[in-house]
Amino acid sequence: MINAVGREIPEELLVNGKEVYQGKYYMDGKYLQKAAPRNRRYEKPAESKIVETIADALKQCGAKDGMTFSFHHHLRNGDFVANMVMQAAVEELGLKDLTIAATSLGEAHDPIADYIEQGKVVGIQTSGIRGRVGDVVSHGALKTPAIIRSHGGRPRAIEAGEVHIDIAFVAAPTSDCVGNCRGIGGKSNCGSLGYAMTDAKYADHVVVVTDCLVDFPNFPASVEAIDVDAVVVVDSIGNPKKIASAAARISQNPRDLMMAENVAKVIASTPYFKEGFSFQTGVGGPSLAANLFLEKYMDERGIKMGWAIGGICGPMVELLKKGKVGKVIDVQDFDLDAVNSINQTPGHYEMSASQYANPANKGAFVNKLDFVVLAALEIDTGFNVNVLTGSDGVLRGAPGGHPDTAAGSKVCIIVTPLTRGRMATVCEKVVTVTTPGDCVDVLVTDYGIAVNPLRPDLIECLDKAGIPHVTIESLKEKAYSLVGRPDDLEWEDKVVAVLEARDGTILDVVRKIKPLEL
Amino acid sequence: MIRRPKPERFRLRRTMMFMNAQKPGLIKDAYIYGCDSIMLDLEDAVAENQKDAARFSLYHALTTIDYGATEVIVRINGLDTPHWQEDIRVCVAGGADGIRIAKCESAQDVHTVEAAVEAAEKEFGVEVGRTLLMAALESPKGILNAYEICAASDRMFGVAISGGDFRKCLQTSFQRDGVDMLVARGQMLIAARAAGIQCFDTVFTDLDDEEGFRAEVLQNKAMGFDGKSLINPKQIRLVHEVFAPTEKEVRQAEAVVRAFVEQSAAGVGVFTVNGKMIDVAFIPGAQRTLRLAKACGMYEGDLV
Amino acid sequence: MEILKSAAAGTLESSDCMVTVEPGEGITLDLSSSVMNQYGRQIKAAVLETLERLDVKNCSVTVVDKGALECTLKARVECAVFRSSDASSANIPWGGAVR
Repeated sequence: MINAVGREIPEELLVNGKEVYQGKYYMDGKYLQKAAPRNRRYEKPAESKIVETIADALKQCGAKDGMTFSFHHHLRNGDFVANMVMQAAVEELGLKDLTIAATSLGEAHDPIADYIEQGKVVGIQTSGIRGRVGDVVSHGALKTPAIIRSHGGRPRAIEAGEVHIDIAFVAAPTSDCVGNCRGIGGKSNCGSLGYAMTDAKYADHVVVVTDCLVDFPNFPASVEAIDVDAVVVVDSIGNPKKIASAAARISQNPRDLMMAENVAKVIASTPYFKEGFSFQTGVGGPSLAANLFLEKYMDERGIKMGWAIGGICGPMVELLKKGKVGKVIDVQDFDLDAVNSINQTPGHYEMSASQYANPANKGAFVNKLDFVVLAALEIDTGFNVNVLTGSDGVLRGAPGGHPDTAAGSKVCIIVTPLTRGRMATVCEKVVTVTTPGDCVDVLVTDYGIAVNPLRPDLIECLDKAGIPHVTIESLKEKAYSLVGRPDDLEWEDKVVAVLEARDGTILDVVRKIKPLEL
Repeated sequence: MIRRPKPERFRLRRTMMFMNAQKPGLIKDAYIYGCDSIMLDLEDAVAENQKDAARFSLYHALTTIDYGATEVIVRINGLDTPHWQEDIRVCVAGGADGIRIAKCESAQDVHTVEAAVEAAEKEFGVEVGRTLLMAALESPKGILNAYEICAASDRMFGVAISGGDFRKCLQTSFQRDGVDMLVARGQMLIAARAAGIQCFDTVFTDLDDEEGFRAEVLQNKAMGFDGKSLINPKQIRLVHEVFAPTEKEVRQAEAVVRAFVEQSAAGVGVFTVNGKMIDVAFIPGAQRTLRLAKACGMYEGDLV
Repeated sequence: MEILKSAAAGTLESSDCMVTVEPGEGITLDLSSSVMNQYGRQIKAAVLETLERLDVKNCSVTVVDKGALECTLKARVECAVFRSSDASSANIPWGGAVR
């Protein structure tokens, strides 16, 4: 069946009420029955929930074949926990047919690719998939198609019971002996634990893995002891160097700066750029650099930002400290400046992934967002964005909060160079649609700006401000004139990944790539 | 194959950005930053054993990349190297707008290059005289011979000083107030103006010193330079800002040119505009201001 | 042209490619590319076309492509071929066999 972004969705996926994507507010007003977890009672007072090893914790939680384990990615590329848990499950307990429900999987999780190839891990549900895991899934090694969801789509699916987590693992920079966890205070600080919160509330069992045990009560806690079954203390939960970079520096690349300046110009040309406006930006070169130019316009007009959300890094914390933004609320921290600021700097708070971006709750932050600035691997002439598959068709990206913020915000700006090496970023048809074109409003490239024709109001704003813009078709033609028109990718029939829209409908599928034989 | 229009000897050249001709990632779209000219470098930026490879890259860049209205100049290797003749052949064959003669010290140097350029134009069927020349003065001798160099050929559109080498020769170093090069810059400017060609200042290499860069550009403008060589796209904006005329200058220039068109049609030679007496001698300056204003987006009329 | 000895041109930087030519029987091409699935066929065609224009009949050519544009690809192949007969420094047939 062809969906609203023109993608053919195989009928065999449309079972158990699954539907194809039908537009950005299709599910609005419908009801959702929440799925409650089955929790073990801990009535008899116990001094501590500490168990010796991860294997012991697994046993205590009744781990068995076919279960679903969840992980969160606040430790980013420094994470040790997912690998330690899977090693204990597969190699010590001999479990198989496991499903991993992660908020993101990256290079840190390369060892898990082996378990996929061995058939021990048969399911992957994630909001990001990179490194070897992406490679082996792309090449068809996983038994069932991977399910890719946005950061908002994931808590929606958990709450709706579409993902039932048997055991959730919380990688906690600090915990007390009964499982009150925080993201700061230890040797592997990561700041916010926002992505772990929904998992902890909806999983049957919750295991905390920490490398810094602190006195009870570890408060205010991000994940609370009332939801935790066991605490495991290990030597190290992650490599601090890879958890948070020293400081996210604003790019000095002239191309990034040129694009960032145009992003700020576009923002400043709209009526939403007024006292108290809200903003989210990515941490990529041109997206982050937009902060710098935006500040200039804010000073010029004498206005302040009301609040900012997102993954947060230093430059936004800097604005908060300067009093130029009222509140910063985040699900994740990207650098030490942000890690050291959350819950410390007045106005810097933590929130859960559901509160951030879930389309099925009663008021996620993204719905109140004025502007979001996002990157793209590819964007096509229908303004559909791909942030999941490389233009070679291999899984190596993350929808993350991209589709959520794009759908929720009043103005969604994609900023990307027209080409990367020989790859045309602006193209005829993206490999995979991860953010539908009806959620994307403006494209800023190094070769010009294009506005989605669905937003005549923004076109008028740009015209009034004298900001030149062109059609997205002309940008695509320019890209192809530079790099040549690429050949179409060739695919096998096997679906290796299903891309769910944030509302749970199917947006696209990724098939197994057929390597080119010359 | 891209055929570039015939180069204009005198055009706006506020910013000339250096680019290593050997780096495909750099030269493919250097024009997007909006500099007036790009300077593809075969000389210092290219290692001695990659001179050949750089020429192949340059040839295909010149013939396949559409640089649009951005002028494309190539800096060739010095006349004391084994490379310059082949450099000239590839520039002419590829259709570069102009050639920058490195380490130029005399009118003879210009004549030597001009002869090779003419030979190449004949060899590759290019209109004789199409390829423009500019000279880089890098030594005290070059500065002393500035006038004969500037006046050596009808192909010469400009002259530039190269600070790094010149300071070494002079046994000085970069000074914030520009005193190290004040005399050389002044002498070169006088020579260029006497010969009726353009004059460009050297690069400013400390990308982090924004204040120093601004001071130097302001001084360049005050001294009368036409433009400046740059090493990074992020320097372009400031030069264009500093070199932009004021709103008042633009309006006056527009009034002068308009009045001149009307008055000369009526046979009047001397007239007044806004209380100032104007004759034909004011026209080139006013036209230059309007061209500059147009490039800066401050003038949209059709007088230039 | 004859491939007299092994020669290479280019780099492994992004947007560039490394081309190595060696004496061989007929033309053999060993191509790897970061954009293989989308541009593999076009890269192969460009390399073979360039060799043909240079009248190279016998050559074993290895291309490691890092997303080079076609103009870069051609420049690297030509430079490697001319280098293999020590003819890369002067009197290149610009606009002739090299175009």
